[in-house]
Amino acid sequence: MALTRRQVENIANLARLEITEEEIPAFVENLSGIIDLVDQLNAAQTDHVEPMAHPLNMVQPLRDDRVTEIDERDVFQANASQLESGLYLVPKVIE
Amino acid sequence: MEWEVVIGLEIHAQLKTASKIFSAASTQFGAEPNTQACLVDLGYPGVLPVLNGDAVRMAVRFGLASHSSIAPRSIFARKNYFYPDLPKGYQISQYELPVVHDGWVDVVLDDGSRKRVGITRAHLEEDAGKSLHEDFHGLTGIDLNRAGTPLLEIVSEPDMRSAKEAVAYMKLIHQLVRYLDICDGNMQEGSLRCDANISVRPMGRHEFGTRAEIKNLNSFRFIERAINYEAERQIDIIESGGSVVQETRLYDSGKDETRPMRSKEEANDYRYFPDPDLLPLKIEEQTVESIRADLPELPWEKRDRFVESYGLSDYDAGVLTTARSTADYFETVASGGADAKLAANWVMGELAGALNKAGIEIENSPVGPDALRGLLSRIADETISGKIAKEVFESMWAGEGSADEIIDGKGLRQITDSSAIQSVIDQVLADNPQQLEQYRAGKVKLLGFFVGQVMKATRGQANPAQVNDLLRRSLDG
Repeated sequence: MALTRRQVENIANLARLEITEEEIPAFVENLSGIIDLVDQLNAAQTDHVEPMAHPLNMVQPLRDDRVTEIDERDVFQANASQLESGLYLVPKVIE
Repeated sequence: MEWEVVIGLEIHAQLKTASKIFSAASTQFGAEPNTQACLVDLGYPGVLPVLNGDAVRMAVRFGLASHSSIAPRSIFARKNYFYPDLPKGYQISQYELPVVHDGWVDVVLDDGSRKRVGITRAHLEEDAGKSLHEDFHGLTGIDLNRAGTPLLEIVSEPDMRSAKEAVAYMKLIHQLVRYLDICDGNMQEGSLRCDANISVRPMGRHEFGTRAEIKNLNSFRFIERAINYEAERQIDIIESGGSVVQETRLYDSGKDETRPMRSKEEANDYRYFPDPDLLPLKIEEQTVESIRADLPELPWEKRDRFVESYGLSDYDAGVLTTARSTADYFETVASGGADAKLAANWVMGELAGALNKAGIEIENSPVGPDALRGLLSRIADETISGKIAKEVFESMWAGEGSADEIIDGKGLRQITDSSAIQSVIDQVLADNPQQLEQYRAGKVKLLGFFVGQVMKATRGQANPAQVNDLLRRSLDG
């Protein structure tokens, strides 16, 4: 199945990736190739196979509800570009 | 045309764990910004989420209480979207296989009737951080303390048909999560909030209309208002020939209206997929049974029991069981031998009024249940009248001592000695010959005047029943 230009642009937008007009045809081709591969997988007979949510055949271990993390804000914020009153500052996200 | 409103709620309950759902940072509300956001919460590369066992147990508790099925195997999924208060670029949630599904609760409506609301599912997920939009020179401030707080998202069937029903359901869930001790229910702090899916259809039609989703309603009043506004808006659109657009809207409480939140180009496309960082969650039957055995008495069970064992009305039982703390208080008073109806009236009346006025929670009441029982027993044995009891209660509230200490200290003991009351009556009759004449001439409503005079002369301490009785005899005799 071939993806359309629009679909590729939409995927790029959802992933917040900036791609140029010139790059689009290559992405259309590459991503369509991946879809083709998935289509091949889809053709396999899996009616009697239980869907797998994880490649490891293990179950999720549970953690005790205890607070062990300490406040390391200063360390974490050392590489933030803009801070104020302990907050990370980012471009305005609401109009 | 007559329209029917169809409502379903998605309620987010912050679970009352000490640490976050996937990290060991604290969930305490109100800390300095970003002091409770660790590497996992910040979405640093290379970190791994580890699931909090108590969050799972709390979800199961809710599932069992809401007559739901508990999935023996459930899956965590990534819900992908970009927003600065979600540093990983995805929220860990559950999609295809939630931990809790297919349950129901019965909601009691204002008129006393019961309405069953289906629970489609309840799944575990992490909360996002908080964006602060004001006052940062055109920038947005991000506090990630809330990021990773465990949430149980409780999704109802579209079973509600009015704003009032939706509020009654929300109140029941609020009550239930507090009874289960899995959420503090503090709506102002956002511990419990909901999104409402609303559509309208002509009365009698089967198919649903196109729905709009109203996000982030955090008070019962706003839920009611937002639903009413939104239903009106949709009806107006359809009646004037338009059609409702499926979209997410925000309720503006200041303007009492809803408005669109995201434009259509940015329509949600979350691209859910199983989170490879988390293994399937397995819940053994044995675990479920041990959680079931540990469930407290549920609100509706308590309500029914209060009606049965204490002879209360369904309404009074409902009020007293709204919060577990109030129910416990009442039971401590009533089980110690106080008259249950009297206890109910006092807990819902004087006590609730005083607590409300002072803004104090019942568990911190300056008049505890044992002290109140002491007061009520003095009404029951006729040491004081109900009216004097209110005066004694005020003194107890002010910390002046126990009921008995106050009654004795202030000489409030009721006068039940007939001859003493009779002598006061004789005096009152002698002092008011004109009224006595009028009464005997047929103006019987003057009885109230005489009762008042006798009570005044005894500083309210004469037994009212005896006063009435003796007065009638003297007046008519």
